[in-house]
Amino acid sequence: MTDAGFIEIENVHFSRGDTDIFRGVSLSIPRGKVTAIMGPSGTGKTTLLKLIGGQLAPDSGRVIIDGQDVHQLSRKALFRLRKRMGMLFQSGALFSDLDVFENVAFPIRVHTDLPDAMVRDIVLLKLQAVGLRGARHLMTSELSGGMARRVALARAVALDPELILYDEPFVGQDPISMGVLVQLIKRLNQALSLTSVVVSHDIKETLSIADYLYLIADGEVVAHGTPQSLDVHDDPRVSQFMHGEPDGPVPFHYPAKSLYDDILSEDATIRVG
Amino acid sequence: MPEHVSQSLARITRLGRRCCDVLEALGRAGLFLVQSAFSMPSREGFRLWLRQMHFVGVLSLAIVLVSGLFIGMVLALQGYTILVDFGAEQALGQMVALSLLRELAPVVAALLFAGRAGSALTAEIGLMKATEQLTSMEMIGVDPLRRVVAPRLWAGFISLPILTVGFSVVGIWGGYLVGVEWLGVFEGSYWSNMQANVTFIDDIGNGIIKSLVFAVVVTWIAVFQGYDLVPTSEGISRATTRTVVYSSLAVLGLDFVLTAVMFGGL
Repeated sequence: MTDAGFIEIENVHFSRGDTDIFRGVSLSIPRGKVTAIMGPSGTGKTTLLKLIGGQLAPDSGRVIIDGQDVHQLSRKALFRLRKRMGMLFQSGALFSDLDVFENVAFPIRVHTDLPDAMVRDIVLLKLQAVGLRGARHLMTSELSGGMARRVALARAVALDPELILYDEPFVGQDPISMGVLVQLIKRLNQALSLTSVVVSHDIKETLSIADYLYLIADGEVVAHGTPQSLDVHDDPRVSQFMHGEPDGPVPFHYPAKSLYDDILSEDATIRVG
Repeated sequence: MPEHVSQSLARITRLGRRCCDVLEALGRAGLFLVQSAFSMPSREGFRLWLRQMHFVGVLSLAIVLVSGLFIGMVLALQGYTILVDFGAEQALGQMVALSLLRELAPVVAALLFAGRAGSALTAEIGLMKATEQLTSMEMIGVDPLRRVVAPRLWAGFISLPILTVGFSVVGIWGGYLVGVEWLGVFEGSYWSNMQANVTFIDDIGNGIIKSLVFAVVVTWIAVFQGYDLVPTSEGISRATTRTVVYSSLAVLGLDFVLTAVMFGGL
């Protein structure tokens, strides 16, 4: 094990059109730990995962995974690197033309020459780990949201990757499947000694599994530390987010002119009339 | 700077930007075609291609053949009413066959194919993109260009020429039904006139070349529109419409050019 993080993000700038999404983000993700990247919606957390996965390229700065600069790799080398990563998408992103079994078998079939019997055993073990061995014959359209995400999780770990990227794993889940997912992520991380990156804004769940947190807002890392240290952080932006206060440095209102100008002034009445 | 000058400058800038956008899209589409169509064939690829041949080709068979039958029948009916004025109704077989082989079969089959299979390809790939299936495939380390796009492209390239041949055959039979069975043209002259005046290379060959060109263009447009769309419900519906509109225009425009080269003595 080396001292440098498994993933090093160095001074990354990224913009979409005229909007700056990241203005010099640097962070380090240690090997074998669960690192959470949190922040209000729309701060580009998913974009950060796409930068790590090499689907997007930064305007400047570097993303280094295990010593390799992701955006300098050839297409072939990038695909080789991706075999060592798993990613859990917000929507699950299961292949709609395949059933549950074939979805989990997909990465194994395309990357290995294992005989069918062995593929079957691996898939059933992975499905057993997420509690859906009995659902192997269902089509993806027959799954509930929580089940789809568990199947996607089984698919993400099918090749025993070293790194898993979770994109909003808890969003839109009922309390039971939320609990199941928290458990699964924690257990998988310990059992397979994975490096996990969780992007989320569900504070309670994320705090319960993360070893280290980065808080992103306004295109920069505003704070980082262990869950305990962030909980008592004195930056008002951090405490607003961590404690879910509706108003604060991040305003409740989208920028607009004053309510009086918009509704009661003569201008407004004439326009509507 | 006076206002009208700056306004016209802005207009020129917009026009330039629009041209750059179009060129960029063409470049993207060209790269896309090269990267996806020319990859090493594999056993898995063959299986995927076969599956797409079913969706793209076999399932288009009914609409193409039924249309072919009706077009052949209409051709015979219309042709007969004109030819009979000159006492030349024996030439009906030749007329039906040549119109179909040279012109109607490649063009109409391609238009039907764009509506039936092209729009389906766009919507399918677009939906895969919108539900992040393409992205997740990339993250698994599988190139969607090879896995999703290439089998569909090749299925389109190969199935449309076959459908076109089917269209012609059924059309000629439809012409026979109307001309010979119904209107009473002598059967011997229907077939022998056709046999004497249709040449394999000039007529059948050129028709097949046309349909090959249309197959590449229509499938390329359909698949690229699906792959390049904005992944929202509005984006998918617009891309599907664009597929049908662009393919139809491209087919009709190219048909003129190809006809001029093949039969116009250019």
